[in-house]
Amino acid sequence: MYSFDYHKPRSLDEATALLADHPEARLLAGGMTLLPTLKQRLASPSDLIDLSGMPDLVGIQVSDSEIRIGAMTTHAAVAHSPEIAAKLPALAALAEGIGDPQVRHRGTIGGSISNADPAADYPSAVLGLGATVVTDRREIAGDDFFTAMFETALEPGEIVRQVRLPVPLAAGYAKFPNPASRYAVVGAFVARTAGGVRVAITGAAPSVFRLPDMEAALTASFTPAAIAGISVPADDLNSDPHASAEYRAHLIGVMVGRAINFALEH
Amino acid sequence: MSGTVPVALSVNGRKVASEVEPRTLLVTYLREHLGLTGTHVGCDTSQCGACVVHLDGRSVKSCTLLAVQADGHEVTTIEGLGSPENLHPMQIAFNEHHGLQCGFCTPGMIMSAVDFASRHPDPTPLEVREWLEGNICRCTGYHNIVASVEAGARAMAKA
Repeated sequence: MYSFDYHKPRSLDEATALLADHPEARLLAGGMTLLPTLKQRLASPSDLIDLSGMPDLVGIQVSDSEIRIGAMTTHAAVAHSPEIAAKLPALAALAEGIGDPQVRHRGTIGGSISNADPAADYPSAVLGLGATVVTDRREIAGDDFFTAMFETALEPGEIVRQVRLPVPLAAGYAKFPNPASRYAVVGAFVARTAGGVRVAITGAAPSVFRLPDMEAALTASFTPAAIAGISVPADDLNSDPHASAEYRAHLIGVMVGRAINFALEH
Repeated sequence: MSGTVPVALSVNGRKVASEVEPRTLLVTYLREHLGLTGTHVGCDTSQCGACVVHLDGRSVKSCTLLAVQADGHEVTTIEGLGSPENLHPMQIAFNEHHGLQCGFCTPGMIMSAVDFASRHPDPTPLEVREWLEGNICRCTGYHNIVASVEAGARAMAKA
């Protein structure tokens, strides 16, 4: 690992000032991606700004209509929250399937969505639920947040504070995990809301995306049978040693079906 | 850039304070600064779990944590679990059920298992296997490891 200076601000204002003073700095959340990246010398930030010194960024608030999760809340905290299990069991199941227990004890929702790994789980929930990402300066709609592979709408120096997820009528998440890393080869988040059904796919393409054809069919009939005849073209999907684009296209239909069943059963 | 920064934490109940480079990993600090070599470095890429320790009672991979991130916190390593004369119930279970072959992964397996067992007093084999996702035994001695964790969890619940 290249050397760097370390800061642990006690407020967002202090963190923002540090970022302004150190343009080559990186924010450190749970570190589950950043620290392995630094160890491989794939990044060389001048400074790390550790966000763990702000208790305001940690916590879960649940109302009938919305779940608010602080950016520094760990995957384990989401997975084991009784309120989330009651209101949005698909999100608890999603969080419980990330990485391994030790990763879930450190990794955070804010870090995951800011990193925007194409195979991460949380982006599918943010897009699939139409969540809102609250930063130190504005609110960003989930539909606008993920822009490309490892790219988001966040501006330089912008810090995610909270994710606000509307509570749907029903939701499900299913993924075909890479057997070694547990990253999603394909993951599908399906949400039935008062405004219709939303389907978001992660792992299959450079960035998370929605499937309008399946959404329309599922809005008419929320059953696995409703999507049986809908195929997804492989043209823009990822192909790698783990799965070809054609296989990912096939897996999308299978995972959406499983996510629907989860939603129907919970 | 980068001198050293102070860290002060509790390791196995003992307060320690040092000056470290910010890039010092917790596992490096434990092994090379404190001489606690029971915590192993296996893959060094957060996959294998040989480096698992407890941070405030929760299992974490100490190869993917900076020592400065543990500042002000409590760390427990395999050395803090029991002693040769007075083994922890999970260590006894690994001994009785032969939950090891070469033994390299064992410290991480036991630290992960103790965290698991503290919240799963009567686990099923499937629950144990799912929990051990983050711990790799390259001798593939999983069958006896799972039996050890099941027995250790029940022993901990009785203790």
